[in-house]
Amino acid sequence: MEHGILLSGDNIDFMIHGVFKYSFFGHEVWITTTHVCVLIVMLILIGFAIAANRCMKKAQEVPGYFQNVIELIVEKLDGIVDGSMGKFAPKYYNYIGTVFIFILFSNISGLLGLRPPTADYGVTLPLALITFGMIRYNKWKYQKPLTIWEDYCSPLPKWIPIWIPINLISNLAVPVSLSLRLFANVLSGTAMMALVYGLLKWIAMGWPGALHLYFDLFSGAIQTYVFCMLTMTYISSEIGDGTRR
Amino acid sequence: MDFNENFILGCSAIGAGLAVIAGIGPGIGQGIAAGHAAGAVGRNPGAQGEIRGMMLLGQAVAETTGLYGLLIAFLLLFLKPLLPR
Repeated sequence: MEHGILLSGDNIDFMIHGVFKYSFFGHEVWITTTHVCVLIVMLILIGFAIAANRCMKKAQEVPGYFQNVIELIVEKLDGIVDGSMGKFAPKYYNYIGTVFIFILFSNISGLLGLRPPTADYGVTLPLALITFGMIRYNKWKYQKPLTIWEDYCSPLPKWIPIWIPINLISNLAVPVSLSLRLFANVLSGTAMMALVYGLLKWIAMGWPGALHLYFDLFSGAIQTYVFCMLTMTYISSEIGDGTRR
Repeated sequence: MDFNENFILGCSAIGAGLAVIAGIGPGIGQGIAAGHAAGAVGRNPGAQGEIRGMMLLGQAVAETTGLYGLLIAFLLLFLKPLLPR
């Protein structure tokens, strides 16, 4: 059957491809391009971390170029966490900073010619599930069971628990919306760039760079910021003022 | 009753076009957020940095519903879930 150029799928390619498959207890498991791209991003980040560690071991009073850059990154990340978590910020410096750097590098790895790993739902859903687990953990750690019960019945008094299913659904919607937001943003950028390169490849010279700047750099950085900010907002709203009421 | 492949593909394309109408809502919402942020900066120019951060956060959250529509459109166009296997 004859297809149009859009549906033929010959020159438009933003799907995940399998690299090789192996058998895992009888299941067919594929190593995909997402794994390879995550591995490359991880190698870059680990290399940077080792270099930063070496540099900071012999840190000087007057910082050199590289030490300056590292201190700038760490201070900015810690400042973001400080701004929204208050006095509980030091416990979350490590996690939020790690997630921020990982998502940022994943999003802008489209500039290196990789398929961004965050354009795979299998990468963003675990990140959102970690956030969900931290929200639940902090709720049970910092709030009394009676307060949690009142929250679940929230618009009505606590002896009429008919709103519990709706509140449960709104709790479960948090990881879904967090992961789908990041996934759909990065996927739409990837698909848009694939359409430009696939359909306009005779005139796609130079000017797609501006689109790369918007879709990969700007949109990726904004979505990274939003993911981290929402994670911190959800967690700190569960912590409250930190005392068991 | 069986439909041929062309009919299903055409209906998928129409459905994809209808799905991205979801972009209207976030457009209006983001415009309102940006307008109020501009008003806030006019009243309090010192808080420009915080207002910009909050505006971008709110806009990115509002954008989600539009992106769901876009996701449905991508699914219909490229994965073709309605075609018989």
